[in-house]
Amino acid sequence: MTDLSALKYTDEHEWIAGSGDTLTIGITDYAAEKLGDVVFVELPAVGTELTAGAVVGEIESTKSVGELYAPVAGTVVEINDAVVDDPSLVNAEPFEGGWLIKVSVADGAIDGLLDRDAYVALTEG
Amino acid sequence: MSDPRYTPLRERHEALGASFTDFGGWQMPVRYTSDLAEHHAVRQAAGIFDISHMAEFLVTGESAAAFLDYALAGRLSTMAVGKAKYSLILSESGGIVDDVIVYRLAEDRYLVIANAGNRGFVDQAFASRVRSFPSLIERQGPARAEGEERSFAGFLGDRGVDVEDVSDTYALIAVQGPAAEAIVSATAGITDLGTPWADQKYYAWADAFFLGEPLLIARTGYTGEDGFELLVRAEDAGALWDAVVTAGAEHGLVPAGLAARDTLRLEAGMPLYGHELTRETKPAQAGLGRVVVSDKESFIGKDALFSVPEPDEGSDAPVLVGLVAEGKRAGRAGYAVVDADGTALGEITSGALSPTLGHPIAMAYLDPSSAEEGTAVFLDVRGTKIPATVTALPFYRRTK
Repeated sequence: MTDLSALKYTDEHEWIAGSGDTLTIGITDYAAEKLGDVVFVELPAVGTELTAGAVVGEIESTKSVGELYAPVAGTVVEINDAVVDDPSLVNAEPFEGGWLIKVSVADGAIDGLLDRDAYVALTEG
Repeated sequence: MSDPRYTPLRERHEALGASFTDFGGWQMPVRYTSDLAEHHAVRQAAGIFDISHMAEFLVTGESAAAFLDYALAGRLSTMAVGKAKYSLILSESGGIVDDVIVYRLAEDRYLVIANAGNRGFVDQAFASRVRSFPSLIERQGPARAEGEERSFAGFLGDRGVDVEDVSDTYALIAVQGPAAEAIVSATAGITDLGTPWADQKYYAWADAFFLGEPLLIARTGYTGEDGFELLVRAEDAGALWDAVVTAGAEHGLVPAGLAARDTLRLEAGMPLYGHELTRETKPAQAGLGRVVVSDKESFIGKDALFSVPEPDEGSDAPVLVGLVAEGKRAGRAGYAVVDADGTALGEITSGALSPTLGHPIAMAYLDPSSAEEGTAVFLDVRGTKIPATVTALPFYRRTK
């Protein structure tokens, strides 16, 4: 089980794991539950340069479409092919098998992210 | 906005951990666990839905049948007691005020089930139509008025019909899926069945009792599967829900929310008011021309739809079609449908990745020139053009 307090979060309901120069990004259980059953995931190609805050992918459920925002600037170094093949992983294991992309960041500068307490406060507000 | 309303089954939904959504001013369960699992359960076993938000009207009186022929698009006067019929409430200009199911309870008694979001409009329409409905004395002429049966009520313009909104008195529980009959027939507390389960026909109803109080069992639904809609006193709704859930345990019954209900009805090609049907929609555009009985003497909406200068036939108004696409990206309500050059052909009114079929499906209003089955079009999915093909509705038909 993932230690959720070790993750960083955005107000767009992404989580960010890792502290070195490669970060793993997914969407939170809260976002997955709000979306409903995820049936399609579109992720940026490996090598894509991300601008923080830009839309880089889509997560579709039966009922709605969610956008994936780049929480940090960097380069996509890996995407989760398993979740492309089986989007239900986003619902089943949002913090584990449902991760979406891995991003290489230039200098590890990931300011402006929320810690667990702040994120929980956001979703309960 | 007024406060959100909850049905009598709110506690059941909360105990099951349902997510709620606003629907027509009601807080309704959108899903309990997984809308896909709920959808598949209804196709393969059964689902139980709380549809108590829907509105019910009782139309009674010696002129009830004639009144409904006047107030609705269809002919309800010739429907046998025990049967049900899909119908439309039209506006004077021929648009659709609501789509309803009408059950004939007795010669002089009908039940009309309307959409939750249209309850007020339907109530207003019935009230004004009772007023404009010719009175008994006008319809029967002076011969009767001068005879022995002349009555003071007649001179006051008695319409012979009364319409009562009984929505708050009753709850409505739908049990849908191939196992529905096995489940409701095993539900404890249902007694004095008027018609044996196996003899209950689609679009018919049977009377019964639940815990000693009247229960209406209608073999109707909004999923494309066999199933029942149970009209029960609001105070007994929880007990009936529990009894059906208990009976359904061994048959794979699951509680199902509005998300599953929407994908189920979409696969079955059934229109949803506010999406496929609006006040601006003419029945023929929605493929519902057959619901309108044009040779009735007079009914609300007839003049607009059948007047000679502006015939409804052959117009260039958009028509409702089915669309299928490959892949996994669904077109959704409001997305444009375009041709190869990007020229707009129409707009999607409902769309989803079909859980049963595994590919995107949609209903859309298209220009008649592009509405022929097999026409190749494109869905504009947030800027990406997805190839799609016009197809006949429904997308899914159960095997009997």
